[in-house]
Amino acid sequence: MKKYIADLHIHTVLSPCGDVEMSPKNILHYARKAGLDIIGITDHNSTLQAPVIKKAAKGTNIKVLLGAEITTKEEIHCLTFFENEIILDQFQTFIENHYSAIKNKPELFGFQLVVNENEDVIQEVDIMLSAALTISVDQLQQKTESLGGIFIPAHVDKAKNSIFSQLGFLPEDLSFDALELSRHHKQNSFLKQHPQIATSSLIQSSDAHYPQDIGAAKTAFEMADNSWNEIKLALKRMDKRKTLFI
Amino acid sequence: MKVSEIIKKLNLTVFSGELVADHKIAGGYTSDLLSDVMGNADEGYIWVTLQTHKNIMAIASLKELAAIILVKGLQPDEDTLQKSIEENIPLLGTADEAFEVSGKLYKLLNS
Repeated sequence: MKKYIADLHIHTVLSPCGDVEMSPKNILHYARKAGLDIIGITDHNSTLQAPVIKKAAKGTNIKVLLGAEITTKEEIHCLTFFENEIILDQFQTFIENHYSAIKNKPELFGFQLVVNENEDVIQEVDIMLSAALTISVDQLQQKTESLGGIFIPAHVDKAKNSIFSQLGFLPEDLSFDALELSRHHKQNSFLKQHPQIATSSLIQSSDAHYPQDIGAAKTAFEMADNSWNEIKLALKRMDKRKTLFI
Repeated sequence: MKVSEIIKKLNLTVFSGELVADHKIAGGYTSDLLSDVMGNADEGYIWVTLQTHKNIMAIASLKELAAIILVKGLQPDEDTLQKSIEENIPLLGTADEAFEVSGKLYKLLNS
């Protein structure tokens, strides 16, 4: 088994709240600096920037997971990841079919830009990406599973936009690959209050909106290699693969 | 005031019709954050919300609420309806927005 260091929750310049410095080049630079082997690209309600970063990472040792941080109609944030660009594109279509049609006001909420590897702006998204989609958390989980993706309720220890804040407790029949703890989670405090989740697969990540925050929280994956299937096995803690807080 | 009287006075939809709506209402609470409702609603309260997830019934049962009113014409999810029947807590609906129905309820409960 090998050990890979992962930060699976990173925003880019596409997220309205993401810093303009969160370009593909900068994200990879800071990921390398933080000693990361695997990064997850998770913009709010959009997957459009992730493939550019994956392409830019070719030839480096950094594995890029293609994903998004989805806001469900209950206003729960969930991380989703998909194996390749083709499936990601299908998921993007699903997202776009469930936008609530509120337009962004960049001067209030920030710009939503897709950039290429040279940091040229190639698209500005005009729908407000921070607004909730019209799908429920259950529908999101089912769609992600049907596309063979990874589904992780985000920052479950936070007092807003977490499954606990929005739904009071974890619905017992909701399937997930792991639960994410925020970088602010200290000394197992949340786990002590919620002993039932301590037996779930847990990761911790940075939720970075600024380059210097990349890797501010991370998770070690113990697995045979850094392939998609190994990552899924580690999250499910199968075949002696596992994730560990560091 | 009983739930059945509120249903009549506010012309509410009754999603779980076979229930006996004779719970007595002690007060009201309006919120869409279930963690907040869990912390702040009291026994016998009627709860106004837009959340349709089945967890609302578990919260209502835990807090021994008198009933739930879904706003804006929202329909309960199928499993939410099922839980309402199991838990014997009326699940009601209105076309009103939360502000409007809360105002009407406040007036009824405090008159």
